[in-house]
Amino acid sequence: MKPAPFAYVRPKSLGEAVALLVQSGARALAGGQSLVPMLNLRLAPVERLVDLGGLAELRGVRDSSGSILYGAMTAHAVFEDGEVPDASNGLMPFVAGQFAFRAVRNRGTIGGAIALADPAADWLTTAVALEARLHLIGVAGRRLVGAEEFVLGPYVTALGEGELIEAVEVPKRAASERWGHARVAMKIGDYAESMAIALMDRKAGRGRLVLGAADGAPILFPEIAARALSGAASDELRLAVRRALLAADRGFTPAKLAMHTTTLLRALAQAAAA
Amino acid sequence: MTATRVSGEGVGASVRRVEDRRLLDGGGEYLADLRVPGTVEVAFLRSPVAHARLKGVDIPTQFRNSVFLAEDIGFTKPIVAATAAPGFQSSEYPALAREKLRFVGEMIAMCIAPTRAEAEDIAQACTLDLDELPAVWDIDVALAADAPRIHEGWRDNVFLRSAITAGDLAGIKANAPVVVQKTLRMGRHAGVSLETRGVLAHYDRRLGELVVYSSTQFPHVIRTVLAQSLGIAESRLRVVAPDVGGGFGIKGNFHPEELAVAALAMKLGCPVRWIEDRREHLVASPHAREHRYRITAYADRSGRIRGLEAEVVVDAGAYSVWPWTAAMEAGMSAGIMTGPYDIPVYHGRAVTVCTNKSPLGPYRGVGRSGACFALETMIDAIARAVGRNPEDVRLENMVPPSAMPYRSATGKFYDSGDYPECARRALAAIDPAAVRARQARGEPDGRLIGFGMASYTEQSAHGTAEWVARGMPVVFGYEPALARFTPDGKLILFVGIQNHGQGLETTLAQVAHQELGIAVADIVVRHGDSSVSPYGMGTFASRSMTMAGGAVSRACAMLAEKVKRIGAHLLQAPIDAVTLAGGQVAFGSQSVGFAAIAEAAYRHPERLPSGEEPGLEANAVYEPQCSTGAFSYATHACTVAVDPGTGMVELLDYVVCHDCGTMVNPMIVEAQVVGGVVQGLGTALYEEIPYDENGQPLASTFLDYLIPGAPEAPDVRVLHMETPSPHTRFGIKGMGEGGAIAPPAAVVNAVNDALRPLGAEVTETPITPERVLTAILAAEARR
Repeated sequence: MKPAPFAYVRPKSLGEAVALLVQSGARALAGGQSLVPMLNLRLAPVERLVDLGGLAELRGVRDSSGSILYGAMTAHAVFEDGEVPDASNGLMPFVAGQFAFRAVRNRGTIGGAIALADPAADWLTTAVALEARLHLIGVAGRRLVGAEEFVLGPYVTALGEGELIEAVEVPKRAASERWGHARVAMKIGDYAESMAIALMDRKAGRGRLVLGAADGAPILFPEIAARALSGAASDELRLAVRRALLAADRGFTPAKLAMHTTTLLRALAQAAAA
Repeated sequence: MTATRVSGEGVGASVRRVEDRRLLDGGGEYLADLRVPGTVEVAFLRSPVAHARLKGVDIPTQFRNSVFLAEDIGFTKPIVAATAAPGFQSSEYPALAREKLRFVGEMIAMCIAPTRAEAEDIAQACTLDLDELPAVWDIDVALAADAPRIHEGWRDNVFLRSAITAGDLAGIKANAPVVVQKTLRMGRHAGVSLETRGVLAHYDRRLGELVVYSSTQFPHVIRTVLAQSLGIAESRLRVVAPDVGGGFGIKGNFHPEELAVAALAMKLGCPVRWIEDRREHLVASPHAREHRYRITAYADRSGRIRGLEAEVVVDAGAYSVWPWTAAMEAGMSAGIMTGPYDIPVYHGRAVTVCTNKSPLGPYRGVGRSGACFALETMIDAIARAVGRNPEDVRLENMVPPSAMPYRSATGKFYDSGDYPECARRALAAIDPAAVRARQARGEPDGRLIGFGMASYTEQSAHGTAEWVARGMPVVFGYEPALARFTPDGKLILFVGIQNHGQGLETTLAQVAHQELGIAVADIVVRHGDSSVSPYGMGTFASRSMTMAGGAVSRACAMLAEKVKRIGAHLLQAPIDAVTLAGGQVAFGSQSVGFAAIAEAAYRHPERLPSGEEPGLEANAVYEPQCSTGAFSYATHACTVAVDPGTGMVELLDYVVCHDCGTMVNPMIVEAQVVGGVVQGLGTALYEEIPYDENGQPLASTFLDYLIPGAPEAPDVRVLHMETPSPHTRFGIKGMGEGGAIAPPAAVVNAVNDALRPLGAEVTETPITPERVLTAILAAEARR
């Protein structure tokens, strides 16, 4: 479990990083909490590791009137400790304390986690739930992609050749919105077996419901969110959730179907009760 | 009891562990800490497939001198571990595969380089020429009549079928009003010592000796078998186990890696090192468990068991491990099946199946964890069948203290104890009535509460009679100790066991203190080096405290006599008038200490009584009077909350009441129990290496293989009973494995108690959320 040989570069500017990443066999190192173990297992052939750790411009936070822009290299622990302003009524700091162990959260970054697009990654589901926009940068320039459109499948994203996430922009959620979060992991620090986030804003009549750890991109259930908002009975919701999960066609085992149903309903219930 | 607890450091005192300072300060010296100049690192090229003919290995030209195949160490003999049991089919386990590959992870070649990473590069650059064969990836596949044979010339893919027959089962069957049958499974897992395995071998030119450092539990035994396998004299081989970071049985085997690395060091004449990585450990170290049970109980209407029938089928993997043999796991399970219960009629069958998986080896609680799981699940099922509480049914079936000593239907000799009292104390602590009241009230969060318990007996410190009965290649009958004063009056104990977490550097010193009164701080315990201590068997099978403790006691008692003789002479007192206490030989108000006595013994023989030999050391060998083992026992009881929506199980309370005879150090005993329980919870809830139909292991990193961590460990409440064994020095019984035996049984019973209102039942470990939910859905489908 030692990596195959690779070159290591630590660029000093974003421009330099982008120029390095476009070369073949290059891969961005954004904390390394997943990538380094993968290198050790020789699962990911990498010729050149481009360490983004030296780029101050990826660590900043910009608080504007409608949203907050978090540099992609902001560590999980920074959210957990409330060292950055929060756009999510407390959901992001809460989520940041739910996964892995502190040693991992000290080094792992939000941008790195989203770019890897592990289906079970908590930030992925959270970004989709919060309608985050990802600021991408590459040799061709900058572009903006919604979190929902960013994830195409397990470990597959909209990132182009040599492109990287510069920042994660989270729109400030309404003060009247409430969130619910339900997560199943076999043990503390483990990846989620199932994870659901519900956002309910009765005043505005807006609701969102997202399932993560769903063997692919996070799944949105707008119709169920709307039904829950309109006060559907729990039996009716349960049936609807089950149907929607089957319709998602992800090949869930019956047990997984039951587990996902539970987390989705619990997230809804928590958001409704809050 | 022979020990009197007069001192703060003797038998029975919770002395702080003397080895902890170096271990906790990072001062321990593990295999990977050793530095020998010029060492080359080994990466093994291991089989990527489960079953294939190996036609060739293509080595790139530039690496021709860096890759070594079976023919390069052709002077080594394959590992053969056969039991004397009739019908056993033997396997030949070569250090490096020759013509056939039999499991994913089997070693094909050794690649050497200055660093491990470079050695792995070389391994990656080699290509294999293989003819793949169908994988025998499961017990059922292996037992099919047309199954491909894993070993040529075998009748079938079965190492051994054996049977135990006690009493007239047909008569019982004909008249039993209650018949309960269960089919159960316990998953396959790994040992997961914190320190993985490792070997470093180099040739000592001055002594003309091959020195092999190995992270092993039994260096002397390894020296013997390694010398035989290498074809060299034992006097030319030294085996050293430095600090060993956990073994749990995994490091109590003779590994092909040990043979391959030692052989390469001989061949090359330079130091060679291999450090197992975690992936190798999970995929290719000896695995644990994987049992299947079909068990039927015949009971009367009160739940009293009249007869029991059990079949144990174990997936032992591709090869028989030395010295235990592939058949040990199933044999021990079938042989202890009746547990602490008085079940006069028992028919047991043990089937050990050969598959294309990593070989199965001993693991904390060998065989007994499965037997306990099978029988204790059965007792709960009987209680449900007769409409009684499981604790009442258990107590009524237990061997009563009045029947002690007791010979079980399987021929085990239970030496002493009060099994029902132990269960009652555990019950009083967990309070089933309160748990049931809470269960009836219901939880605000919808979780279901369950209560479960399990009892077992733990055969420990078994000697000659037991190992002979098992037909083993080695009979682990005794343990030696050499106790030697230094000329300045301190004591060194040289012992043949190996301490890897048990606290033996402390507890053996406590025994010496008990006999001599010398301060624990003035005692050094030396172990783990075949050139330092007398030949001993090592540490496994819950034996070291009883065996080495007995030997240290005997050697120190001999020394005490000599110390008194010399002390009396120095004090010019009659021998009968002096006492040895508190590190002094005293006569009235006069006294003389160890320093003066040792000085006389070593440096001033003119001060010795006439006829007294100079020197101050004693050699002793100890074997318990009764060599069938001292039986410890325990009852575990727990309360769980099961989330029927997610399948998650939380332990709310866990109680152990146990009796391991006289406790040398209750603090260490308690920690051993807790550690064992957490490891047993791994079997119960987390740890599993499933294989797919291609024979690929599906858990090869800690991403897929879960072990309980500190957050998962419940606050285990440990209650002690002390019934000294009548057959051992101080009445000590072994207890190292016990904690790990009962958790699968206790937790399965608790989960099933919780699931009862849903009509669901789990019958397989680990109890994952997936399995709990599947059981609930199956019950829903039945309704």
